[in-house]
Amino acid sequence: MPLDRDTVKTIAFLARVRVPDDQLQPLAGELSAILGWIEQLAEVDTSAVEPMTSVAAMLAPQRADVVTDGRQRDAVLANAPHALDDYFAVPKVVE
Amino acid sequence: MSDLRDLSVVGAGDGLARGDFSAVELAEAHGAAIEGARDANAFITPTPELALERARASDERRRRGEARGPLDGIPIAVKDLFCTEGVLTTAASRILYNFVPPYESTVTQRLRDAGAVMLGKTNLDEFAMGSSNVTSHFGAVKNPWGPCDGKDLVPGGSSGGSAAAVAARLCLGATGTDTGGSIRQPASFCGIVGMKPTYGRCSRWGIVAFASSLDQAGPMARSVLDAAILLEAMAGHDERDSTSAPMAVDRFADAAANGDIRGLKVGIPAEYRLDGITGEIDALWEKGIDVLRGRGAEVIDVSLPHSRYALATYYIIAPAEASSNLARYDGVRFGLRVEAPSLDEMYERTRGEGFGAEVRRRILIGAYVLSAGYYDAYYLKAQKVRALIAEDFRKAFEDVDVLLTPTAPSDAFAIGEKMDDPITMYLNDVFTVPTSLAGLPALSLPAGLSGRGLPLGLQLIGRPFDEVTVLRAAAALEADVGFTPLPVRAYATPGG
Repeated sequence: MPLDRDTVKTIAFLARVRVPDDQLQPLAGELSAILGWIEQLAEVDTSAVEPMTSVAAMLAPQRADVVTDGRQRDAVLANAPHALDDYFAVPKVVE
Repeated sequence: MSDLRDLSVVGAGDGLARGDFSAVELAEAHGAAIEGARDANAFITPTPELALERARASDERRRRGEARGPLDGIPIAVKDLFCTEGVLTTAASRILYNFVPPYESTVTQRLRDAGAVMLGKTNLDEFAMGSSNVTSHFGAVKNPWGPCDGKDLVPGGSSGGSAAAVAARLCLGATGTDTGGSIRQPASFCGIVGMKPTYGRCSRWGIVAFASSLDQAGPMARSVLDAAILLEAMAGHDERDSTSAPMAVDRFADAAANGDIRGLKVGIPAEYRLDGITGEIDALWEKGIDVLRGRGAEVIDVSLPHSRYALATYYIIAPAEASSNLARYDGVRFGLRVEAPSLDEMYERTRGEGFGAEVRRRILIGAYVLSAGYYDAYYLKAQKVRALIAEDFRKAFEDVDVLLTPTAPSDAFAIGEKMDDPITMYLNDVFTVPTSLAGLPALSLPAGLSGRGLPLGLQLIGRPFDEVTVLRAAAALEADVGFTPLPVRAYATPGG
């Protein structure tokens, strides 16, 4: 199913990836081509198949519910583009 | 002393043990070669000072009689997808242009603990998404086998910098990661050995995530034995990765030194004989079959009927997982931030400007196939076909011990080719993606040259956690194929 320009704009917003307006149409074409190619899976009969949930034949490991890490403030903030008073700082979200 | 760069890992280890040369001399010879080969763009961040520091520590250990094993003092390169403590780690993306991890990935920590000396961080496709290394924010890498017909060639991808560095003798071995073929296809293009172990063999902790159900680290080297030695150090259980297999590490190096394959059953999957595959790839495959048969293996035809759907399956699952994994790059905690008046705009501009075209494309495909109303039709469908693909392999391995196939459908192509249509690029991984979807171990080794004089690889695929059989068969193949040609661009050591 081909994607139109507006659908691409919606997906791009959902993914929080800005796409300039003049690139929406070409991108719609590229994504439609990829999705069209993927459509070939429709011809595989999967009516009796369980979806794969894990490629490794193992159960999720468990561990004791205890704190194993912490007190790493400086390391955590070291790469922050903008840190303020031990916090990550972002543009104002609440008026 | 360019001869130091021609050594194998084993040969360099022996020389260090005999005192023929020091780890510092090894690091200096390779460091100078890396500097002289800037033009190849194989490294994003060379780390010559760190290399000398670690080499000196290795020499000191050896003087005290405390050398740690076959990798102590061996100079290696690390794909810039592994977090390295205090060393820039970019994933070849603008969005991580300034990221300096405060911690070390498990795999690189294990190599450090084994005494290996890191020479630097190698180039790759952005976030490991590509088959050419052309999508790197830091530019394309030149394959040392080029130029060919007047054009520079890609090294393959995504581990293209690692493959080029190993082939051009800028390091003795390197780490790579493989999601759909990112170790094996560049190994084939650059004439080296590359192995993706079983999913779960190597910890993913500290590796920048692309598609978590597929990503695996593995070694790249100039011989099967060297690759096995590296893998033995890299592998092992790690409780910080919940999919890391709680299994003992096998003696991979012993397997690679063996090569006795009498009675081994080798499967040849009929579906890998694609229309459009060139005659020379077919001929190479036949040569590999003859070699294995000549060594006493039994060759059996097998069928993997769902292989033809593997690429389409992969291009749903990998982008879906990538769109989720890459949600963390938001300009708040690390990496690039493009300022904007509102939080949403800040996210959008940071991610719009921080990610390159291929990464953006995959994030959008992933977001779409996971979105409400399309999840069942795309993502769930792909997970069902993936189950069928894995089941094909399971059935085949009831009759055979290992599979032999080509690694890639062609030799290395020119930088800039196959860029018009994403799907043409995706077809590079037609022989490697099915194995990734099934989580199986697979190795590529150089087996011959194309008509243009470029290397071509053959792929061996094994049962889950049976790397030992893959390495044994690879050693047999390597011994009798006798691949000895050298790349055109052998970067000289200045003053050497």
